Amino acid sequence: MVNKDAMEPFTTAFANAWHLIWTADADLMGVLALSFQVTGLAVLVSCLIGFPLGAILGVGRFAGRSASLVAINALMGLPPVVVGLGLYLLLSRAGPLGVFGLLYTPTAMVIAQTVLVTPIVAALTAQVTEEMHREYRDLFATMGMGQVQQAATLLWDGRFALTTAALAGTGRAFAEVGAVMIVGGNIDHVTRVMTTTIALETSRGELALALGLGLILLVLSLAINAGVMGLRNMGMRLAHG
Amino acid sequence: MADPLPFRPPAAAPVMPDRPAVRIEDLRLTRRWRKVIDGISADLGTPGCTAIMGPNGAGKSLLLRTIAGLEKPQGGTITFAWPPTPEKRRVALVFQRPVLLRRTALANLVHALRQFGVPRAARTDQAMALLERADLAHAAKTPARALSGGEQQRLALVRALGQAPDLLLLDEPSASLDPRATAALERLIRQAIHDGVRVLLITHDRGQARRLANRVVFLHAGRVTEDTPSDRFFDVAQSPQARAYLNGDLLL
Ligand SMILES: Nc1ncnc2c1ncn2[C@@H]1O[C@H](COP(=O)(O)OP(=O)(O)O)[C@@H](O)[C@H]1O
Ligand SMILES: [Mg+2]
Repeated sequence: MVNKDAMEPFTTAFANAWHLIWTADADLMGVLALSFQVTGLAVLVSCLIGFPLGAILGVGRFAGRSASLVAINALMGLPPVVVGLGLYLLLSRAGPLGVFGLLYTPTAMVIAQTVLVTPIVAALTAQVTEEMHREYRDLFATMGMGQVQQAATLLWDGRFALTTAALAGTGRAFAEVGAVMIVGGNIDHVTRVMTTTIALETSRGELALALGLGLILLVLSLAINAGVMGLRNMGMRLAHG
Repeated sequence: MADPLPFRPPAAAPVMPDRPAVRIEDLRLTRRWRKVIDGISADLGTPGCTAIMGPNGAGKSLLLRTIAGLEKPQGGTITFAWPPTPEKRRVALVFQRPVLLRRTALANLVHALRQFGVPRAARTDQAMALLERADLAHAAKTPARALSGGEQQRLALVRALGQAPDLLLLDEPSASLDPRATAALERLIRQAIHDGVRVLLITHDRGQARRLANRVVFLHAGRVTEDTPSDRFFDVAQSPQARAYLNGDLLL
C-alpha cells in the first residue's frame, strides 16, 4: 500500500520541475548554459586533439605506436574522480599550475572534461581510421600520398563514425559529476553544471530543480543516442552504397 | 582558368619512342617461403597493350604490384624508361576490386587530382571531364560506393588516367562485370591505348585479350613460359602450360 500523502512531495516536485522548465527559470537556464559551454568547449578541444592524434595512430607505423594505443585505451577508463583529484593537485594554489588560479573556475572544468573525453575521441578515431587504412593502404601507396595526407583523407572518409565518437564524448562529459565537482567546486552561479546541481539539490531535499535538470539530461542523452544511430546509418550508406 | 583537358595530348608525351616502359631482370619474390615469382625477366610496357595471362596463383597480380612498387622483391631489378626520381607518378594501377573513397564519384576524382598535383582551380573541371569520359557525368554526386560494379570500375580507371600515366597496370578489371559493363570498360581502355598509354592487362578473358592486346605474356608458377604476339598466341601457343591453360586442362 502506498501512502497517498507520502507521494505528494514527489508529485509536487514534478509539477514544480515542469514549471521551472516551462517558465525557463533563470537558475535552471544559468546551469544549463554553463553545462553547454563547458561541455561544448571540452568536446571541441578533445576533437582538435583526438582526431589528428587518433588518425596518426591509425595510419602511422612508428615505434611506440602500440604502447600509445594501449595507454589511450587505458585512459578511456579513468575514474572521473581520480582525474578530478589529479587536476585538483595540479591546479591548487600549492600545485605546479597554481599560479594560474584556475581551481574553482569553469576553465578548470573544461580541462577536466577534456582529459576525460580526449582519450575516447582518440581511441575511437584510431580504431576507425586503422580499419579504413587497411582497405585504402594500397591505393594511397599508388597515389604516393604522405602520412599527413593519408590521415586527412581518412578523417574525412570517417566523418560519420568520428561524429559518433564526438557525440559519445559529449554524452560522457554531460553526465560526468566527480571531476567537475572537485575542480569546479560547485559554486552557485559560477561553476554549477547540471550534474553537480542535481547532486547538491537532491542532498538538500530540493527536488524540483534536481528533477527538472534530470529530465533535461535524460532528453539530452536520448537525443545524443538517436544522433549516434542516425549517423551510423548514414555512414553505412556511404560505405556500402 | 587552367586547361580543362585532363589528358596529356599525345604530342606532349615524354620521349619514350618504342622503348619498353619497364625492364625486369631476374625478378624474385618469396611469400611464406614460397617462390611466387621465380626469376622473371621481360621488357614490359611495349607500345599498345600486353595481356598477362596464366592460371590463378601464377603470380600475375604480384608481378603488377611489384612493378607498381607495392611489393618489395627479394631479388632482381626493375628499371623504368624514365629517370628514377620522376616529378610525377608515371605508373598507375587499377585493382581487381576497385578501392573507392567514401565520397561522391566527383569527390573521388577531385581527391585523386589533388594528389597528382593538379592546381585547386582546375580540379573540378578536370574531374568532370574524366567523369564524362567514363560516361558517369550523371553520377557525379552519387556516393562512389553506391555505383554499380561496372560504374565503379570505370571510375577507378579514369581516376588512374587522371594521373596521366605512361604505364597503366590493370588487374582483371572486368573479372566481375557483365558483358555490357565489360564492353564499356574496354572502350575506355582502348581509348587510353590509342592516346599512347602503355597497358599491362591481367585477364582470363581470351576474347578481351584478343580485342585489346597485341602481345601476350604467359605466366605459370612464377615464371614466364611464353611471350608472343597475341594473334600467334591464340593460334598456336608454344608452351605446354599455355596450351593446357587454353584447353582448360588442369595444370600441375
Ligand atoms: N601475402 C601473401 N602471403 C603468402 N602468399 C601469397 C601472398 N600474396 C600472394 N601469395 C601467393 O602468391 C601466389 C601468386 O599470387 P597472385 O600474384 O595473386 O596470383 P595471380 O596470378 O592469381 O594473380 C599465390 O599462390 C598466392 O597464394
Ligand atoms: Mg590475381
